[in-house]
Order: sequence, then structure tokens, then C-alpha cells
Amino acid sequence: MSLDKTALARAYRQMKTIREFEERAHAEIMNGQIAGFTHLYTGQEANAVGVCEHLSGADTIISTHRGHGHCIARGADVKGMMAELWGSSAGLCKGKGGSMHVADVDNGILGANGIVAGGPPISVGSALAAKQKGTNNVAVSFSGDGSVNQGTCFEAMNLAVVLQVPAIFVIENNYYSEHTSINYAVGCDDLKARTEGFGFPVFVANGVDFFDVHEAAGKAIEHARAGNGPAGVFCEQGRFHGHFVGDPQGYRGEGELDRLRQDYDCLKHFRERVTGTGEMSHEELDAIDAEVMALIDEAVSAARAAPRPTAADLETDVYINYAAQGV
Amino acid sequence: MPQKTMRDAINEALHQEMAADERVFVIGEDVAGGNGSDGTVGCAGGVFGVTAGLYDKFGPLRCVDTPISESAIVGAAAGAALSGMRPVAEIMFADFIGVCMDQIFNQMAKFRYMFGGKSRCPAVIRFASGAGFSAAAQHSQSMYQIMTAVPGLKVVVPSNAYDAKGLLLTAIRDDDPVLFFEPKALYQEACEVPDEPYTIPFGEAAMPREGDDVTVVAFGQMVGRAAAAIDGLEDQGITCDLIDPRTTSPLDADTILESVKATGRLVVVDESPPRCGLTADIAAMAADRAFHSLKAPIKQVCAPHTPVPFSPELEAAYVPSVQKIQAAILEVMR
Repeated sequence: MSLDKTALARAYRQMKTIREFEERAHAEIMNGQIAGFTHLYTGQEANAVGVCEHLSGADTIISTHRGHGHCIARGADVKGMMAELWGSSAGLCKGKGGSMHVADVDNGILGANGIVAGGPPISVGSALAAKQKGTNNVAVSFSGDGSVNQGTCFEAMNLAVVLQVPAIFVIENNYYSEHTSINYAVGCDDLKARTEGFGFPVFVANGVDFFDVHEAAGKAIEHARAGNGPAGVFCEQGRFHGHFVGDPQGYRGEGELDRLRQDYDCLKHFRERVTGTGEMSHEELDAIDAEVMALIDEAVSAARAAPRPTAADLETDVYINYAAQGV
Repeated sequence: MPQKTMRDAINEALHQEMAADERVFVIGEDVAGGNGSDGTVGCAGGVFGVTAGLYDKFGPLRCVDTPISESAIVGAAAGAALSGMRPVAEIMFADFIGVCMDQIFNQMAKFRYMFGGKSRCPAVIRFASGAGFSAAAQHSQSMYQIMTAVPGLKVVVPSNAYDAKGLLLTAIRDDDPVLFFEPKALYQEACEVPDEPYTIPFGEAAMPREGDDVTVVAFGQMVGRAAAAIDGLEDQGITCDLIDPRTTSPLDADTILESVKATGRLVVVDESPPRCGLTADIAAMAADRAFHSLKAPIKQVCAPHTPVPFSPELEAAYVPSVQKIQAAILEVMR
């Protein structure tokens, strides 16, 4: 699947936006500017963008606790997201969700999700709705190597096969479920084979290579759009940060993080590839970098100055209507 | 007006709303039945027959059989609702909430708030609830008292066939997630139910008895027993308001408090256990907001702090009886 220059530039811009959003969020958390628990996606950008570049219209995604990248890749407003991390009433979710619940349902983002494997069953429902309405939309759920050991993930995969709905299960192996290695937590030797055992094809991709992910995701999504039922994408790529910001990462081997950043950086990989083929120049990529940095700076400045919620906001948005009499 | 059982009234509501709105569908275990077998697809209509006929009328895309996967059923309903459909999921026995609790209370209940009011999840989850069949500890619980505590959910507990039809139509048309508890002991109980569709608003209690001396609040299966208890005390000159809230969330607190202020006495009846439950909730509300009207301590009539037992004798002792309700009314009248 060849991409024209516009598509290449867009994919790079999306990956770079995720990278800078995450690195800036990390800095601001360390500065005490952002409250709560935050799980960063740095390093895995090619997965989200490689998948979401195939999506449009009423296609949906549902994400995980490590959700910023998926949401940006599916088109979430970056300034709204940053304001949400700040807990501002101008945030994408009015400051009521925060990092783990960034969502934009009207634009196909059924939310980051604070419960590991909370998303796949919901995604199957979104895929069922697409089938019932007779559209060719797909519903993508992102799961980590920790998520795939939850029963809800198994239930969702089986139900998607039984109902033959266009659900795409993207499994991102970043090698650790929190602080525990996949070597310990996944009992079988071949996670891809285990997933295929549910009865749908799984396409494998090297998560450091945007083009590989894009191609694998394209096959999976084409399979589902054509009415052939669910499909999977299996990406391998480590995260550059801990499970959460502040995780001391005692589970890493010596030099592991340095090697990851040095040799497994999807942005470096992308740059080498497109400059090597002559499809894009360093200058063009640098220009995108500068624009992204400016956008993130602007988002942070805006989030700092954004209005704070007040007590009057506390009890709104629970229900659409709630006719309690005198409670 | 025709007499219909609660089962038939709910079935009629589902037929009517699925015919009126193509976004409405049912999903659950054996809601059709027979899929993949050598026999007849559509043979079951749910274990209690509540969804009978829907498969034949509306087909497999709107009467969706599932594997035994309660989390996936609720999650699929939630996801379909976020994506523009109006699902009615069936989780067979209310006790199975234990299997799919996360999808109910962490997911669908919280979407709207977490997402800053920018989503709607018009899903209904139906359950058969309550004791009365010697179905023992894992197939007899009420569960609505626990779910009433969860912000973001609406909780419906009908006490008769008429209310069940009107409340279910309201539930399906409601834009928030609704848990709909059908006391299974009442499935075969009949009353007058109009053929045409009608709705009953949430948060408006019914008052099937009116009186002067005691306010009795009862839920679901207990409404009929409370009515029998009250009727049996009439010849002693005792008359009671009987309040059936119909929805525990939202709750019609005004009707309860106004009645308590008039009678000065309150008995609250439910078949669920006593701790942190519905009877304690209503009692606390009255103590907080109608204390100076009270002429006697508030009495709670509920199940003991035990699982639901199997043996018919033990189950009969577990569920509040007409006699226990009468004893409580007489005690507050002393």
C-alpha cells in the first residue's frame, strides 16, 4: 500500500504530535502541573497512527488507560486534550474525565478507559451497530499484552466471531503488563496463535515501523469492512516510559530503556525511511516538527490559562434527565 | 380491558417498541434460542419466555442470541447504544450482575460524566430478580438495592403488569442507561393492561392504598404483600398510605415525605437484606427530613443478613410475609 506525500506528511505529523504531547505531559507532571495518574504512550506512536490512518466517518475506536496516542491518532482536539489533563472546565470532557477518560464520542472516540479490557466488549457493540445499520464501518479496540489476559477480552473476541461483526482487535504488546513481563503473564508461547484460536485472522506488525503497522492494519480493516467478520492486528513495540509517570521501572534490564530510545524509535525509523527513498526531505520533516512543537506550546499555554471548574459543575452531566422528586 | 400477565405485558412492550423504532433490538442468552441446533431457532424466547416471538418477527439482527458471556452482552449493549442504537439486553438472573458488574457500573453508568456530558448511552438491561422459586442463593437476589447506589444508572422495579409495560416503554425511550428488574415471582400475575403503548414517567410513585395512620413504602414483589397486610388491618380501624416508588433511581422522595408528614409513622418493606439497603435508605431520609413529624420509630421489614436459602421453609421465612408487615404496622401504632 503506497502512500502519497500528503498521507506521509499527515502520518508523520500525527506521530510527532503524540510524541510531543506525551513528552510535554511528562514534563508538566514532573513539575506538579497535572494531577492524577497518567500513562504515557511514547514509543508506541506508529501503532495508533498506523491503524487510525485507515479510519474515517463513523468508524470508532475504544482505547485503554494509555489512551492519549489513540485519541490523537483518531483526531481528538489536542488543545482540548491538554486542557482535560489540566482538569479545566474547557477540557474535552470538562475536566470530569482526565487522562484516563479522554473521549469524543461524536467523532468516533468511545474513550480511553481506566479498566484494563473494559473496552473490547463495548467495541463489539459498536461493530454490531454498524452491521445492524448496514454501513461498512468498523470498530477498533486497542488492548495491551496485559488486557488480553482478562476474561472480558476473551468474551468480546468470541462474541465478535459468533455475531460476525466488523470488530478490529488491535493488540499492542509493549512487553509489560504494569510491572510484570509478558514472559510471565501470558501462559502460552504464542499470543498471536492464541488470539487466532478465537477464529479470526491476526496480522502481525513490527511496531517500530509505521509502514508495517499501516499495511497489517489495512488488511485487517479491509477484511472486516468486506463483511468477513472480525480481525486482529498484533503489534510489538516497547513503551519509553514506565507503566505510569513516576514508575521507577525496576523490571527493566540494564540499558533496556536506552536501547529502546536509541534503536526502536518509530519517528527516527520513519524519517530514515522517507528521506532514504526521497519521498520527503529532512527540511520538510523539520518543518512539521516545528509546527507540532508550536501547537503543543500553544496547547499548554491555553491549558494553563483555561477556566477552572466550580462547585456548580459537580453535579451536572450525570444523566441526560433525572426526574428525582425532592431528592 | 384485557387481563395480561407481567410476562406478556413486557413481551408486548418489546414487540411494540421494536415495531415502532428500528434502532431497538434485544440481545442476550437464548433471547431467541435454538441457534446452531438441529431444532427450531426462536424456540426459547428467554428462559422465562419474555422475548418469545421476537426472533420470528424481527430476525437475527434484532433478536441477537449470544454465548454465555454477561460482560460481553452488557458491553455490546453499551457500545451499540453509544453508536446510535437502543439495545435492550437481557441478563437472565439479576444475580449475574456479579459477572458483568464492571460493564454496568464502571462503564455505562459513568460514560456521560467522564466524557463531560458529551455522550448518550440509551441502553436497557433487563433482569429477573427476587426470591420465591427455591432457586437458592445465586438465582434469587434482588440486586436493585445495590445498583440504586450507583450514580449514572436509573433503576426500575415494577410491582405489576400494568406498570411493567409502561415503565419498560419509558426505559427504552430514555436516553440514559436503565436497569429494569422484573420480580420473577410476578411474571404470572395478571392485571388489566391496555393493548396500546403507553408510558409511565420515572420518579413518580404510585399509591395503591391511601390512609391516615401509617405510611408503608414497599418495592416490587413486596407491594402486593404490603397491600394484603394493609387490607387485613382495615377491620381494626387502621388505614395506611401504600407507596410503590416504581423507580428506586430516580426516587420520588416528595411523595414519601409528604405522606410521612401526614401519618407520622413509617414502615419500609423490601425483600433484600438490611445493611446499606433500600429500607435503610428510605428510613434515613425520613429521619433526616421528617423527624419532627414522626410519632413512632421507623420500622424496616426486610430479609435477614443472610444469602437467600434453598429450602422452601427457609425461603418462606427469608422473604417478608404479610404477617411480618402487619406486625410492623401494629408496632408503630402502639
